Formats: sequence, C-alpha cells, structure tokens
Amino acid sequence: MIAIINYGAGNIGNILRALKFIGKEALVVEKTFDLSHKVEIILLPGVGSFAPASEKLKKTGWFDFLKDWEEKGKPILGICLGMQLLCESSTEGNYSEGLGIFEGTIKKLVNVPKLPHIGWNEVKWISNFTSPWGESSKEAYFYFVHSYALEVTNNTTGITTYGESLFSAIIQKPNAIGFQFHPERSGGKGLSLLRWAIEELEE
Amino acid sequence: MLTKRIIPCLDVKNGRTVKGINFKGLKDAGEPAELALTYMNEGADEIVFLDISASNERRKTMAQWVEKVAQRIFIPFTVGGGISSVEEAKFIISLGADKISLNTSAVREPNLIKECSQLLGSQAVVLAVDVAFNGKKGRYEVFVNGGTTPTGLEAISWIKRGVSLGCGEILLTSIDKDGTKDGYDLRLIAEASNSVNVPIIASGGAGKKEDFLEAIKAGADGVLAASVFHYDQIKIKDLKKYLKSEGTPIREEECYGCTNRKN
Repeated sequence: MIAIINYGAGNIGNILRALKFIGKEALVVEKTFDLSHKVEIILLPGVGSFAPASEKLKKTGWFDFLKDWEEKGKPILGICLGMQLLCESSTEGNYSEGLGIFEGTIKKLVNVPKLPHIGWNEVKWISNFTSPWGESSKEAYFYFVHSYALEVTNNTTGITTYGESLFSAIIQKPNAIGFQFHPERSGGKGLSLLRWAIEELEE
Repeated sequence: MLTKRIIPCLDVKNGRTVKGINFKGLKDAGEPAELALTYMNEGADEIVFLDISASNERRKTMAQWVEKVAQRIFIPFTVGGGISSVEEAKFIISLGADKISLNTSAVREPNLIKECSQLLGSQAVVLAVDVAFNGKKGRYEVFVNGGTTPTGLEAISWIKRGVSLGCGEILLTSIDKDGTKDGYDLRLIAEASNSVNVPIIASGGAGKKEDFLEAIKAGADGVLAASVFHYDQIKIKDLKKYLKSEGTPIREEECYGCTNRKN
C-alpha cells in the first residue's frame, strides 16, 4: 500500500489515478496519525514553492515524521517539488530547510532560455545499473514543470539538460527515489517508470 | 533538450467531440476521452480541449467529460472555452486538467488572468488569443467570441499584457489562416515569440507536414492542429518522424502508450 501525503501543496488526483492504472493500491493521507500499518511506501508529491511547502510539512508534523520514517530505512518516493523537499535545502525564498534525505541544495536554473522549464525533455540514465526503460536505450522523454533544480550529486542516476543547465532528473538511494519530472503526466513511459520506482522500493 | 510539442485540439459540445470546419456542419466524433487516448497513443505531447457548448448544463457535462479524460490519459491536457471565473478555473484543474485557457473573458476582465495565475500558478494558465490582420491599419488585432467580434486591441501589446498579468503560455490562433490549410501565419508567430518569454503555441492553417516545421522555425514552441489529425490527413507519428529528420527536437518513442503492464 502506498500513501500519498496531502499536505496542501498540489493536485494529487493525477498521481492517484496513475497508481491505480498501474495496479498499485494507494490512498491519500492528510494527518500523520491517519497512516495505517498497511502503508509500505510514502509518496511525497508537490507543486508550487519550496519554502511554503516546507513550512506546511513542519506545521502538519509530516516533516519530523518523514525524517524518522526514512531513518528507519522505510521507502519514500518524491515527485517534482516532493523530490526537492527530500534534499537538504533550497535557495527558493532565500533559504529553506528540506528533509535532508538526499544531499544537495535546490537552486534556480541559470543560463536557460525560458523559465519555468515546461515540457518534454530527455532524461539520460547515468548509473551502471540497467536503465528503468530497458537495456536498449539510455534516454527517455518525460514531462517537466519547474524553475529550480538539484545539481548532479552522488545520488543522481538520471540527468537532464535545459539550455546550458545540467541537473538531476532522477536521484536514488536504496530506500528513496526522487523524480524532478512528472511520471504521472509522461504517457506510457512515465507510467512504466512509476511502476519501476514502486517495485524498486517494494523490494 | 526541450522538445517541440505536437498538440491535437478537440472541440467538445455537450460532452461529445465534434468535428467541423469553422464551426459549420458539426458532426459527432465520439467521446473526448476515447479520442484523446488515441492521440496519446499516436504520440501527441499534449491535448487541448475547447468546450463550445452554450447550454446551462455546461458545467455539469464538463465535469463529466473532463473527469473521464483525466482517468484515461496520462499526458498534460488543457481545457478552454467560456471559462469566466477563478472558481470555474479551479474546478476544472481539480478534475485533473493541467491547464485552463482563457480567451474572451480575459479580454473583458484582464484581472482574471492574474487571479487565476496567483491561485493555480502561471504554468496552469494559458491565454488564448484569436488574431486577424487588419489591412487598413497594417496591424494584427484581437477578436473574441470565437473569432467573431473585433476588439480593436493590437495583438502583440495584448499578449505582452497577458504575460505581465501572469499567464504562462500563449495559444495563438490566426483567424485568417484557420481552416485554409495553407500554412500557419509565420509573421504573427515570429512577432509574438520575439515579444514575450513564455511558450507560444501556434494554431490555424496546418495542412501539410512542412507547415508545422515552418511554424517551429518561426518561433513556435508547440504546434496545434485539429482537422489534419481528425481526418487522418497527417499521422502524428509520421509528423514527428519528419520533424525529427529535419533537426527539430522531438519526443519520439517506439510505443507512446505502452505501459509494460505486468499481469
């Protein structure tokens, strides 16, 4: 069972529908004490700005809960702003603290033609493990909507280039995965990737 | 590299997709969700729906078909047509649409652009601008009510104003070219894309593959068409192959709708 955290930052209907479509059981949870024992994976979504989202996580108690969850080695998946919140901090709105599950600071994209970076862009797989979209190709296209991003770190397994900016599109640890793009809006490839992520985390 | 988007447009009336040229001789063309799914599987990067129904039941039928679309397709989609309040815009987004587009109501009440973008984010607000060239004045002008009513507004300054009010994208339709199939209005596209820093979606005039390429070369970030896709005159897959071979950055995949579902 997957729990999608609804902390008041973003439309979660599309993620819920995507998970149902790939046959994964999911529910939306608002309060930490509503989390049932059946939940194995937490999905942190998010649209909007880092600072207010981080504040909302703190106010609702999710901030400490998620840190604790991850420290116990339990799996977590972050999408878009949700992925950014898994990192140490962001410069959006001066400085805000993230969950620190992944290293690195989220910074505004520079040397790019237009912001936000909206649309389909190529993600290049840079890990030695087989790419989630199969042996035959190292690249796939996914749908992005963001203005801030994480530089390439030791946890980066997928990278994307926009203008002259190169950033992390996928970050991974044994019990955590983050996508800067929206797999739930990225057609068949996106749904396959979402399934792959859930199955990686289920193991 | 960010790819150029291929966008089929569907007109919806009373919950059904309709086909017709210049709103004349409308024919039923099936369920919006079914058609959208076909387009997704053929490689559409995004889908635009324009609700052209005028009945009092509009909101109810809209809720039904938008929800169905959201359940079936997993690529971004925009809903436009007669949206006249922030509440309505928010409602459509809550059903699962990624963006809403504003047209006539934004000309009447420009602050609607600002209110929508503050509430939903700029990325969710598209300003649809229907434009015709005024030969006497030697300038492009904005029309509303489905391209029937002149406003006297100069197009480029209206587009600039829309962007300053917070819209995240311009859906630019040439009334002169719409339905002609002799190519997009390249000068209009160039002028618009040189004047603002948000994506320009070109619409009106697509008849052959080369037209799409010319629009992209003129500065379009996305190219929209209706009839050439509806009547199968151009297959999205073939169009994408062609554009890629011409050096355009395009999302090209072997199987757009495949989910590799494990049973």
